[in-house]
Amino acid sequence: MKQVTLTVCENTLLSGDVYRLCLIGDTFDITAPGQFVNIKLNGFYLRRPISVCDWELGKLTLIYKVLGHGTNAMTALPPGTRLDVLIGLGNGYDLSQSGSHPLLVGGGVGISPLYGLAKRLVSREIEVTAVLGYARAEDVFLANDFRALGVETVLTTVDGSMGLKGLVTDGMAAVNDYTHLYTCGPEPMLKAVYDACRTGGQFSFEERMGCGFGACMGCTCKTKYGSKRICKDGPVLRKEEIVW
Amino acid sequence: MVNTKVTLCGIELDNPIIPASGTFGYGYEFAQLYDINMLGTFSFKGTTRDPRFGNPTPRIAEYAGGMLNAVGLQNPGVDAVIAEELPKLRKVFHKPVMANVSGFSVREYAEVCEKLDGKEQIGWIEVNISCPNVHGGGAAFGADPVAAAEVTSVVRAVTKKPIILKLSPTAADIAAVARACEDAGADGISLINTLPGMRIDLKRRKPLLANGTGGMSGPGIFPLAVRMVYQVYEAVSIPIVGMGGVCTAENVIEMMLAGATAVGVGAANLVEPFACKSIIDELPAVMERYGIRNLKDMIGGAHG
Repeated sequence: MKQVTLTVCENTLLSGDVYRLCLIGDTFDITAPGQFVNIKLNGFYLRRPISVCDWELGKLTLIYKVLGHGTNAMTALPPGTRLDVLIGLGNGYDLSQSGSHPLLVGGGVGISPLYGLAKRLVSREIEVTAVLGYARAEDVFLANDFRALGVETVLTTVDGSMGLKGLVTDGMAAVNDYTHLYTCGPEPMLKAVYDACRTGGQFSFEERMGCGFGACMGCTCKTKYGSKRICKDGPVLRKEEIVW
Repeated sequence: MVNTKVTLCGIELDNPIIPASGTFGYGYEFAQLYDINMLGTFSFKGTTRDPRFGNPTPRIAEYAGGMLNAVGLQNPGVDAVIAEELPKLRKVFHKPVMANVSGFSVREYAEVCEKLDGKEQIGWIEVNISCPNVHGGGAAFGADPVAAAEVTSVVRAVTKKPIILKLSPTAADIAAVARACEDAGADGISLINTLPGMRIDLKRRKPLLANGTGGMSGPGIFPLAVRMVYQVYEAVSIPIVGMGGVCTAENVIEMMLAGATAVGVGAANLVEPFACKSIIDELPAVMERYGIRNLKDMIGGAHG
């Protein structure tokens, strides 16, 4: 973890209530896709934890959904704004478990960290399939970015207005074989994906956090191997340790 | 050169800054960020006889003046703290640490303190009789002078280490509780613990925290903490660890003027991981600005 000052270079609406926030500055402490950052916002006491979508040396891309006052305030950050950010938080996804053909399953804004993961898997010349679930066609974001990486992309919408009609589990049923599963999304989706998953997998969870770096015990969950902090021991849990 | 040293219950501190229990774990997360040996000491996570998972989540909420927590004393239990946490801590922290102890019965307080008594790493035992987030223990003992005195005397009987009773701002007469603790053998008083509060989620129309209520902390409670430290200073002659919303070196001096010998920093650590380091780094310049040579001269300085 490191505390850095990052400068907003882009903050744009992607679809529905989902925004892309690009930040310029030191990203050196981000070590794995699936990690998150914790952003100090003017007027709010607690920082806002947001998943890393993608990063490179000197540039960080976040995708956030407006869910409350904090994320709503984020939409008003103009380019040039300097932000106090804790980076490199959480464990992130373990790429070494992917096998030759991993399946990535994301729902809504949970799709965001899977993009950074897909990019790194593809760069290792691994064949990646992604199932991306949205509510409606107008909510779709990042799908073309996955396709541009060369990822076989199955798109689902609840109302059938784009792609397969149904949930991500319906999309999973359309995928033949995969060697490992990586997923992120709302907890009911994670549970359904867990039940449908036929391989080992890594599941990224969300929880209200105090500190984001393991000090306050605000985001503890039960696992088969004892209590874990979503912020520090997670947010990615292995399938075999999850207790629903 | 300014002097930031203070003496808390017979043990000298390089400075009065003490990260408050529950905001600093058992030290390692912060030891990875800066040398925690620069602290006066720190008070480790509230420890009970048995391991505790704590409350269901969400455990954290926010308000304009800070945050609410309802962690509910999650900890691995005193035996695991002794077997695992203290040896790990020894590698990164070389000063006496403050052990924070909680219980659900008078007997449990005594059992935990007795186990910690022999541990030379521990300088003080902070006895939490004010946790707002558990039922049937915690704050119930701190609410009234008779119960507070009972816990104090039972703990006093099992340890020679300095004991510091941590009091709740919800006590009807906090000065009376503090006096009762002093009379029963307490070496110090710490205050204030968090203040019970609630937030309600407008979408769900239900309390935001799974526990319903949670303890308020952060700068919004600072004036309340200063007032209570001021009151308790007038009531007792043992040292006070003042805490509640402290986030700057100026807050530290204000708390000392109210009567604190040492100053706890809590919620600030969670939003600014380097909060205590920054405060300690700033202290000399702030002391010079206010013409303070010896920080200990500020203790109780605002009183008549």
